[in-house]
Amino acid sequence: MVGAGAPPAGRRRPVLHRASRAGAQRHARGRCVHCQAARPVILFPEREDQAMPHDHDDHSHLDEETARVMALEKLLIDKGLVDPAALDRILETYETEIGPRNGAQVVARAWTDPAFAQALRDDATAAIHGMGFGGRQGEHLTAVFNAPETHNMVVCTLCSCYPWSVLGLPPVWYKSTPYRSRAVSEPRAVLEEFGVTLPGTTAIRVWDSTAEMRYLVIPMRPAGTDGWSAEALAPLVTRDAMIGTALIGAQR
Amino acid sequence: MNGPQDIGGRHGFGPVRPDPDEPLFHAPWERRAMALTVAAGGTGQWTIDESRFAREDRDPAEYYALSYYQLWIRGLERLLRDKGLVTAAELAEGRARDPLPEGVAALPADRVRSALMRGTPYDRDPGDSTPAFAFGQRVRARNLQPRGHVRLPGYVRGAAGRITAVHGYHVFPDTSAQGDRETAHWLYNVTFAARDLFGARAGARDEVSVDLWEPYLDAL
Repeated sequence: MVGAGAPPAGRRRPVLHRASRAGAQRHARGRCVHCQAARPVILFPEREDQAMPHDHDDHSHLDEETARVMALEKLLIDKGLVDPAALDRILETYETEIGPRNGAQVVARAWTDPAFAQALRDDATAAIHGMGFGGRQGEHLTAVFNAPETHNMVVCTLCSCYPWSVLGLPPVWYKSTPYRSRAVSEPRAVLEEFGVTLPGTTAIRVWDSTAEMRYLVIPMRPAGTDGWSAEALAPLVTRDAMIGTALIGAQR
Repeated sequence: MNGPQDIGGRHGFGPVRPDPDEPLFHAPWERRAMALTVAAGGTGQWTIDESRFAREDRDPAEYYALSYYQLWIRGLERLLRDKGLVTAAELAEGRARDPLPEGVAALPADRVRSALMRGTPYDRDPGDSTPAFAFGQRVRARNLQPRGHVRLPGYVRGAAGRITAVHGYHVFPDTSAQGDRETAHWLYNVTFAARDLFGARAGARDEVSVDLWEPYLDAL
């Protein structure tokens, strides 16, 4: 049913999201993120800006959730607990300013500046705050360095702790029960699901973020990048590589 | 609490489904839920551990049926009620009736940026306290089973590991979940052999490193 034409008119709902249509379609092939059901959903083909194209034909919790959140927002604004303009500032910050580009700059600098790499090992909090990447969910940081003999991977089995200040908001898979339950007990099988196969000689060290210490993986610098500047290297550094669920391939 | 959140090592949740083109939010209401939760937290009326406990302390069947931001919203509603900031009637009707308690104020928009950039540091002055354990020392995770909030995952309880970092003197989640922002204990990184936690199915050389506070540990 995915992308199989317009849904019945009664199901069309206004949406505000601005993610890409391509992203929406890929998302639509997976699970419903609201009910976790592995079932197809229907796109609204007439809406180019739409990222929430769910047709919950056998359940209506999405609409209930929209109503619930809208009602709560109105109530908190009316009560004076929330400044409506503050909501926009918060969204602006995490939609446009704070994201994996921050972490990529840290990694690229660590690859090109041995003194900075050492500072990261000694006190990642000071080193990363010193680059201007501080704040919420990045108050205390540890950088863990991948090497041929050790691969590092980060999880929060108890909730969804994640270094927002350098990676932004966590992806759904990081917050999902499959990743949280299995990253600690069968990391190799989890990595395979990301298309990553490590040599048998590489040990895996999984970091479970149970406290307010946040972990940033420093991936191995890819082959074929000798002499590259930090500016040229940063775009190679992916979010998943900084969580430890991806590697960065050789460059030619 | 041996609650539904403590799932490290559990079976049955299925494969991980990474989505390389995932949007930041999957519905307009998720955007609003995130912003609302952060803004309401900006009133300073609860700690991070109170907010975790409010999401986790519920029937496991309900916890697993709710999506991530659905849990955030239910946790937020519970905190607002428990703190007397919103009444059950106001939540049910969606209409403001009672004034806010004295001294409670919204985080103003012009202070959002500085608040987010400042964050909430969780380390405290240890005073005369010194860490009981040293780097490299062998320790065993206690078999604690409190009804209240705890950040000692079930899969490490009773297992032996070694101290791999002394992080500092950090706010203690068990008391922070009751609104106490000051009680702190030494926080360590403790590294376990994966096979000591998960048996033969774990890799022979793989390890799991967990951040644990001193009251969660015994010397070996």
